[in-house]
Amino acid sequence: MIEFNNETLANGVGVIRPVGRLNMVSAPHLGANIDALIGDGTVRLVVDLAGTDFIDSSGLGALITGLKKTRQAGGDLRLANPTAQITAVLEMTNLNRVLQPVASVDGAY
Amino acid sequence: MTPRQLTIRLIVLATAILGLNYIIWRWMVSINWEAWWIAVPLVLAETYSLLDSLLFGVTMWRYKQRDTPPPPPAGLTVDVFITTYNEPFDLVMGTARAAKNIAYPHRTWILDDGNRADLRAIAEAEGIGWITRSEDWANRPRHAKAGNLNNALLATDGEFMLILDADQVPDPKILDNTLGYFNNRRMALVQTPQVFVNVPPNDPLGSQAPLFYGPIQQGKDGWNAAFFCGSNAIIRREALMQLGVMRYVSETELALNKALKTADKVVAKARRQLGPGQERLASALSTLATDLQQVRRELSEGQAIADVTYRFQERVDAVARNLVAEDFAALHAELNSIEGLSRTIDVDGSLAVVDDVALDRLSQRDWSPLGAVETVRVLIDSVNAEKAGEAQAVMPLATISVTEDMATCMRLHSLGWESAYHHERLADGLAPEDLDSMLTQRLRWAQGTMQVMFRENPFMQKGLSLAQRLMYLATMWSYLSGFAAVAYIAAPVIYLTLGILPVQSLSNEFFLRLIPFLVINQILFMVVGRGVKTWRGQQYSLALFPTWIKSVTSAFGNVFLGRDLDFRVTPKTLQARSRLPWHLVRPQLIAMAVLVLAAGVGVIRLLLGQGDLLGSTVNFVWIAFDLLIFSVVIEAVRYPGYDAWLDSTKKKEGNP
Repeated sequence: MIEFNNETLANGVGVIRPVGRLNMVSAPHLGANIDALIGDGTVRLVVDLAGTDFIDSSGLGALITGLKKTRQAGGDLRLANPTAQITAVLEMTNLNRVLQPVASVDGAY
Repeated sequence: MTPRQLTIRLIVLATAILGLNYIIWRWMVSINWEAWWIAVPLVLAETYSLLDSLLFGVTMWRYKQRDTPPPPPAGLTVDVFITTYNEPFDLVMGTARAAKNIAYPHRTWILDDGNRADLRAIAEAEGIGWITRSEDWANRPRHAKAGNLNNALLATDGEFMLILDADQVPDPKILDNTLGYFNNRRMALVQTPQVFVNVPPNDPLGSQAPLFYGPIQQGKDGWNAAFFCGSNAIIRREALMQLGVMRYVSETELALNKALKTADKVVAKARRQLGPGQERLASALSTLATDLQQVRRELSEGQAIADVTYRFQERVDAVARNLVAEDFAALHAELNSIEGLSRTIDVDGSLAVVDDVALDRLSQRDWSPLGAVETVRVLIDSVNAEKAGEAQAVMPLATISVTEDMATCMRLHSLGWESAYHHERLADGLAPEDLDSMLTQRLRWAQGTMQVMFRENPFMQKGLSLAQRLMYLATMWSYLSGFAAVAYIAAPVIYLTLGILPVQSLSNEFFLRLIPFLVINQILFMVVGRGVKTWRGQQYSLALFPTWIKSVTSAFGNVFLGRDLDFRVTPKTLQARSRLPWHLVRPQLIAMAVLVLAAGVGVIRLLLGQGDLLGSTVNFVWIAFDLLIFSVVIEAVRYPGYDAWLDSTKKKEGNP
């Protein structure tokens, strides 16, 4: 199962930390977390993937949907610390050009 | 029937009648129930010994001395395998050179489980093949010698193979004298004796097994149950490969049926656990359930497992690919609808289309969205014909036991193959030369036999005749003697110290029933053994009682509780030592001390007028017999090894 350890930084940036596997079962949970933060007015988000072992196509979909929703709300969604499998998937699908991952949460904005 | 065979059968019958005459009376009339705590163990031990003797009788019933087989036809292809793990190069190469000199045309291979490059260089320089494990074995169960041989079976292609331990130097005639048996198309295996050259005539470690490599194997042979003993045996490759393939098929079927049995429940449970927003996965699981029903239907129609599972995996892949394609379609729709994104990157260019390679990769089993539910992922993996956990899908030599030989042989017999015992010494072996190595080896044999008894009991296997089952039972049964030995030690001690007799009385009837049985039993051994030395074997079957008990308990723990066997390879060279290893036989020494003390107490009680003269005498004799049996361990501890023994013998002869 997946867990989310989220926090809001002093500069107002929301950090979402999915711990576990981001797959067809857990992707909707990611979506719900993003929606909740946007609802609270936090629209600049970082998804910290350091604890995310795995992503499948549904997980990618949830990230892009999150990107769209934050943009619509006037914010943005960025990725940090992707693990090896996630980097491979992003590169293979060229999505790294849309969601360019950064090495740390602090460097995301 | 030869006169000898008739004699043996009459003695076997007499043994059975006299033995039953004794044991039935013991159970019905003689037990001293007031002292049940020693009376019952003793009568159980005696029953054990009687059954052992009856099984020996069954073995001897069809005692068979085979005629010399015809010379083999020319042109058979034979591989000679020399198995080694850590033996010194000299020893391995000595055997390998002798193997190369075997007269019948063949190829010689060293199967080096130690993967030693130097050994390879020496061997190949002399035109001897060298095989080590393939890369498939990395990080997978190695299965000791069975794995070593299975690996070599896939690297070679001879019709027959001769298996030799690294310390069994073959005679050049070994193939010419045995391959003729295989003119019989059903003959799978020919075993020749294992005889050791580094053993003094009095054989202090009980290395030679003249009763086994003789009457017992010949008796088993009469029932088509001659045993495979791991070395000095010639095997038909076709039989082994058939065995391996059939095991593979039945294990695959078993795993598949097990998976299919619970499949509906697994999928239904996975569906129940899905929350809202999981409709797509729910519908994929429904498709999967339908696919699984199709698998069952096709299997029940008798379609091949490989085809059925392959088509199932293809359908699963299609479902996964469909999910991935849908995800990407949705994802791209989202991307295109994000305002401003197209200004920063070219959304309509390369990004718009994910190529087939990426789509395929994301649909593969390890990355597939269907893997989201772990139980479903495992289920999908099980509906397959792979054995991903093993180095080779086909394992011809059995891997269920540390002694692969007995398990393999029993499987061959249950497939209807025949085996033969060829009673001619065709290899010179080396026995362990010190007590520690000898005990390690005996423990391993006993543990292996017990593993087979627990994992593939001969009475649970299909395809064996009753006699074959009994032949396997006989060997397994003989390793249970450790428990009986404890009762045989305890009973006289308890009588002489506490005066408690496990039988009602030492009446005339007791002796009239017991003594004829004991006498006829010894006569059977004498007639069957025809002068071979069987005393050492009799001594060790009781004297190693701690080893036998440990083999039963450790194999039980291994098979049923998943514990380690604590298994060591038998060292083939003399282990250096600084002082005599008395600690290895501590239980036996304690037993001897207790027996001597009990005898002392018995004498004192007699002198004080407390003891019964007849009862005490019987128990003194019993203790003397026990001590004679156990005395073998003292000889064994003091044995300095063969070379040292030779030196000391020469000195004695030089200075009489």
